[in-house]
Amino acid sequence: MGKSFAQKALERASGEKDLVPGQIVDAFPDLYMSHTASWRCIRTLERMGVDELYDVDRIAMVMDHISPADNAKTAGYHALCREFADRMGVRKFFDVNAGIAHVVLMERGLIKPGELIIGTDSHSTIYGALGALGTGVGFSEITATWVTGKLWMKVPESIKVEVDGPLARGTYPKDVMLRLIGDVGADGATYCSVEFHGSYVEQMSVSERMTLCNLAMEMGAKNAFVPPDDTALAYLDEAGADRGSYEVLLPDPDAQYRQVERVDGRSLVPQVAVPHTVDNVVGVDEVAGTKVDQVFIGSCANAKYDDLAIAAEVLAGNTVAPGVRLIVTPASSMIMAKAASDGIVSTLLQAGALITNPGCGACAGSGGAMADGEVTFSTANRNFQGRMGSYQSSIYLGSPATAAASAIRGVISNPQELLA
Amino acid sequence: MSELVNEPSARRELAKGVVGGTAIVFGDDVNTDVIIPGRYLVSIDPAELAEHAFEPLGPELQQRLRASDVVVAGRNFGCGSAREQASTCLIGAGISAVVARSFSRVFFRNAINTGLVAVECPDAVDAVEDGAEVLVDYGAGTVTVGGQSFGFAPYPPGLRVILEAGGLIPHLMQQAKAGQRG
Repeated sequence: MGKSFAQKALERASGEKDLVPGQIVDAFPDLYMSHTASWRCIRTLERMGVDELYDVDRIAMVMDHISPADNAKTAGYHALCREFADRMGVRKFFDVNAGIAHVVLMERGLIKPGELIIGTDSHSTIYGALGALGTGVGFSEITATWVTGKLWMKVPESIKVEVDGPLARGTYPKDVMLRLIGDVGADGATYCSVEFHGSYVEQMSVSERMTLCNLAMEMGAKNAFVPPDDTALAYLDEAGADRGSYEVLLPDPDAQYRQVERVDGRSLVPQVAVPHTVDNVVGVDEVAGTKVDQVFIGSCANAKYDDLAIAAEVLAGNTVAPGVRLIVTPASSMIMAKAASDGIVSTLLQAGALITNPGCGACAGSGGAMADGEVTFSTANRNFQGRMGSYQSSIYLGSPATAAASAIRGVISNPQELLA
Repeated sequence: MSELVNEPSARRELAKGVVGGTAIVFGDDVNTDVIIPGRYLVSIDPAELAEHAFEPLGPELQQRLRASDVVVAGRNFGCGSAREQASTCLIGAGISAVVARSFSRVFFRNAINTGLVAVECPDAVDAVEDGAEVLVDYGAGTVTVGGQSFGFAPYPPGLRVILEAGGLIPHLMQQAKAGQRG
């Protein structure tokens, strides 16, 4: 019987053969990512009284949540991380200027096909966009892995998602994923490895694949995966990952899948996740006209270069509605630099956007908080109650185009009307 | 350092491998932002975190939480973020076990790693009402509700030793100590 991607990746990471779903193995990750939560790991290490680490070159730290520091306490945590990285020789340390950990590591060639990556962030599933097995863990587990180099992992069952296109104008990978999450539910893929296949996926950029794999978390996935192809290899070349330094792992054609889901992109309209769960998904027209106070274009789901370009395309020549705050937080400094050099930043500014430093920003509660009764339309991946300020505020989720259209009109709007 | 971090879980065991007491019941898809809002992740101290556990649901519920020993929940408990404090804050509030229809994967890991007993037992969830007495014997693999006993698949040995030590970090520290003696 054929093997899924996850079976092969965990065989590689554990050195064991012929793994089957349900088996528990000791796996040795290639990279341990910790974001601003790194201070918790450092404190935990101090508690353990250990200063000998398994392999310091596998540690990656990115100061992306709450960056720059917003008070003396968080500044102290940042200082602790810098001092630790310096003292221990953590070379993959990225400070508050770099951007969101996931995107920073991928665009710098530090995530490679076939690798096992763990991170103190649930959206570590995103690394599947380059054919790696990425999964989220808590800070104690990252700390333990710093010391022992390994953690227990259950071999997951796999779900195959087939996405066929082309998509209609005004619809994007975000819409595909919201529809899928709405269909299977917030726990539809719990503990599972989700593999994306199909004609539309093959045509996608790596950035678009990041959106797929990132949002797979919102249906409970352990990890996500897009088969690396020439598009992925070209991205890796440009990011500086040497082709000899990795091995592409592909599922066998006769791999076993627990279920197969299909999304027909051709019939898709823009989708919106309605408060307060990500699987509460409707077509945009069902909520069109809902007043918004704030629009946030940011997060590891949708603040990459092409997301900003789409927002700029919709916003060009328009202005943000009176009384609406449009906050744009580019995912990384590299993305921001590119958007600045080719005019996207000035288009957004002319439309009335507030552009912040790269990072997690409002998605992680750093700036952009809402008052009681307010509504944000966001391109992020979560709309949980109270995530952006008041417990009596609401978050709607959708694509950058839907966000931009909603900012212009001051109410949730179908971007297809503006792109026509 | 004043914070009590990474201590073995203060989980109160009624007998070896047995925890329980009064249950507080929740529905499906209880997410990590509701369990512990992101603004409080600047702490990893269980007692401090416990003050804000379930804050979005209001003070009355928070009071009931602190008077309870077991959280009983529907599907997908702990969905969302990888924040370990979603488990730590429950321990700080005096919760020793969560019995759910199902867990989000990362919450389950964090629970075991912080020494919080987490078991999937849908039949027991069906039988529990708010305020009921619930006992979890994680050694034997049973949940008892009002004289009725329900089975669940016992933990694999590797997870059980972590839970018995009170969490992953205490477990590794015990191992290191044993290694030095050996």
